Amino acid sequence: MPRPGADPSLTVERLAGLVLVTDLGRVGHAHLGVPRSGALDLPAHRLANRLVGNDEAAATLECLGGGLRVRVGAATTVAVTGAQVPLVVDGRPRDWGDAVAVPRGAVVELGRVVVGLRAYLAVAGGVAVEPVLGSRSSDLLSGLGPPRVEEGDELPVGERPGAPRPVGVAVPPRVGDPLELAVGPREDWLDAAALETLGRAAYVVSSASNRVGLRLEGPALTWARRQELPSEGMVLGAVQVPPGGQPVVFLADHPTTGGYPVVGVLDAASVARCAQLAPGDEVRFRLTRP
Amino acid sequence: MTGLPTPLRVGRDALLLECAGPEQVRATAAAARARREAGLLVCDEVVPGAATVLLDGVVDREAVLADLAAWADVELGAEQERAVELAVTYDGADLDEVARLTGLSTSEVVELHQGAELRVAFCGFAPGFAYLAGLPEVLHVPRRDEPRTRVPAGAVGLAGEFCGVYPRESPGGWQLLGTTRATLWDPTSAEPALLRPGTAVRFTRA
Repeated sequence: MPRPGADPSLTVERLAGLVLVTDLGRVGHAHLGVPRSGALDLPAHRLANRLVGNDEAAATLECLGGGLRVRVGAATTVAVTGAQVPLVVDGRPRDWGDAVAVPRGAVVELGRVVVGLRAYLAVAGGVAVEPVLGSRSSDLLSGLGPPRVEEGDELPVGERPGAPRPVGVAVPPRVGDPLELAVGPREDWLDAAALETLGRAAYVVSSASNRVGLRLEGPALTWARRQELPSEGMVLGAVQVPPGGQPVVFLADHPTTGGYPVVGVLDAASVARCAQLAPGDEVRFRLTRP
Repeated sequence: MTGLPTPLRVGRDALLLECAGPEQVRATAAAARARREAGLLVCDEVVPGAATVLLDGVVDREAVLADLAAWADVELGAEQERAVELAVTYDGADLDEVARLTGLSTSEVVELHQGAELRVAFCGFAPGFAYLAGLPEVLHVPRRDEPRTRVPAGAVGLAGEFCGVYPRESPGGWQLLGTTRATLWDPTSAEPALLRPGTAVRFTRA
């Protein structure tokens, strides 16, 4: 419980890159064209919340590339997960991937990423901005949820929850592991060599990647047909192949419907891994049949 | 429902139901919603497309596949028939271009647009953006070669076989016929989208 008079807000003193409020996303409105949004690395977001005793649905901050300094308005517990970053509280190094008790007025600093791309900062009580359609996530493309976090922002924090629950051990992102791809449903829109190429070749993450999609550069996958695919519902982790043949992995802010064939869909762990891939990183696929 | 959709497994927990046409898409989506209400389908999303219905986040996909045969008999009578009228000022920047592409006069374009009995086939592109099917074939025009970087909220446009209304200002490549002042999208409302899959739509002159 916050002491009377103690304001449990987070004051953003400095940030280096894109910082967004995020949670489990706006699932359930896709038929209205509302992207799911939410944390790109969901396991990391969930773990950060569990470490500080929050419900997994509480909002955290997603920091692209790390580099964030906040001051806490009241004594609380914080945790940093996802991309591995140095964590410093009031000038003292603290453990990444662990619950860290901090006193009122403490300055919490996340350094630049060492492994991965997106770090998650959870605070006991969660970031308590007003939810939109059941979610506090920023979806910048759709204009839903709060705007991006800026220096000087004072972010409200909710009531402190109960004690942290037992959790597994945080491990740095395994960015080198292959992505598990369940083939289909539109692999027949590509020529016979495409699947073989996808299972064998190395692709490189393009700098045009964002929260909508991980854009890959590598051997082109050739269409076997010249028609247009009628627009159909898209899922998280879908690997879409535009006519140019360079695959795109759909991430949390992906459009709800699309008209390019989906050659396969990544499993949840692989989608989370995609959240931690930076431009220039190499990726490989391991193909399975669903 | 006449005939059954063909299911395709997508990833670990989604099903794409391929339909024979727009009527089967509507019936399949309605059956999915009814199955959900009856507790016989547990999933995160039911997303109609142009020729498919996607079930995403399905719990026990194999059980749903086994249940699909029974969907033909799902009672759809409870489905509410929504109809919306949208008043349009026909001042769109591409009205002349649409007339040129179709070989009609601008007033003929407007008349045909108002006479069309349209229906939301599916949503996408942006929250509350509905793809309205049912245009007469003569009004099927290609997108603009150069999409606009800024299309105002309420702009009514044509692209391919569809008509659409931009719920908020955004980039866009549709051929603009005019503007409506209706609120297409209000995320604070219990029903945030004015146009949702299945809604019947008719345009009138403002």
